[in-house]
Amino acid sequence: MTESLQREMALTLPSDREIVMTRAFNAPARILFEVWTKPEHVRKWYAVRGTTMTVCDIDLRVGGAWRWVLTHPKGGEIAFSGVFREIDPPHRLQRTEVFESMPGAESLGTLTFDEKGGQTTLTINMLFKSKQDRDVCLKSGMELGVKESFQKIDELVAGL
Amino acid sequence: MAKYSSRAIDSLSLTLAALADPTRRAIVEKLASGQATVNTLAEPLKMSLPGVSKHLKVLQKAGLVIQGRDKQRRPCRLNAARLQDVANWAERFRRNWEESFKRLDEYLSELTEKEKSK
Repeated sequence: MTESLQREMALTLPSDREIVMTRAFNAPARILFEVWTKPEHVRKWYAVRGTTMTVCDIDLRVGGAWRWVLTHPKGGEIAFSGVFREIDPPHRLQRTEVFESMPGAESLGTLTFDEKGGQTTLTINMLFKSKQDRDVCLKSGMELGVKESFQKIDELVAGL
Repeated sequence: MAKYSSRAIDSLSLTLAALADPTRRAIVEKLASGQATVNTLAEPLKMSLPGVSKHLKVLQKAGLVIQGRDKQRRPCRLNAARLQDVANWAERFRRNWEESFKRLDEYLSELTEKEKSK
């Protein structure tokens, strides 16, 4: 385990229409690329706490569709989908992405896998059509966070 | 989905829009070290007073800067709470991803162990 790695994800907003996330993983690019592109792997790690990944479709070819759905035990679905634009394993993956609750706010996601000495830095660049769409996406992350706190309150109340 | 009032969304968008401009970010950075008059803000920016005032108006509208009522000096100061709102917002988004990535770390170590033992 190399401790010098940037293990906490860094988030930057380099322009009005972008969100950039960077995170290092202790695995070669080949494996990291697989865990992003094969459903049996994605299912193991993607779901936000408290949700179950009920759909994980990945048609990995240029023009192929993908769709990931998280289901909340109390009902309610969070669905993301899009189309692959560029597939260059294990270096680069580009896909469109839309949060289905907010159709129209589509973004272009470019994932870059940069391997050095057995470790891989993943950079996810999300480019939106407008600043407003970008902000909505950031806010949806916040809504998930709020959902989680509600759930914790539910658990607390149930235990009383 | 949790619902937010459109006013809350608007005010957050306003704050982000205000911070999207490099000159305004420079003003915010300067004010982070203490209050300043429009004159002292204009100097290092090499900008005219009306130019700086225009940017200050945007920052004020977004609630990021508060301008004093003292007629002579009208010192500007930062509204730190507003800046914290933006930080919290991005931080929440980041934390959601970080949680998934922590699970991914564990899963990756399982996978690489498996590969080694093959």
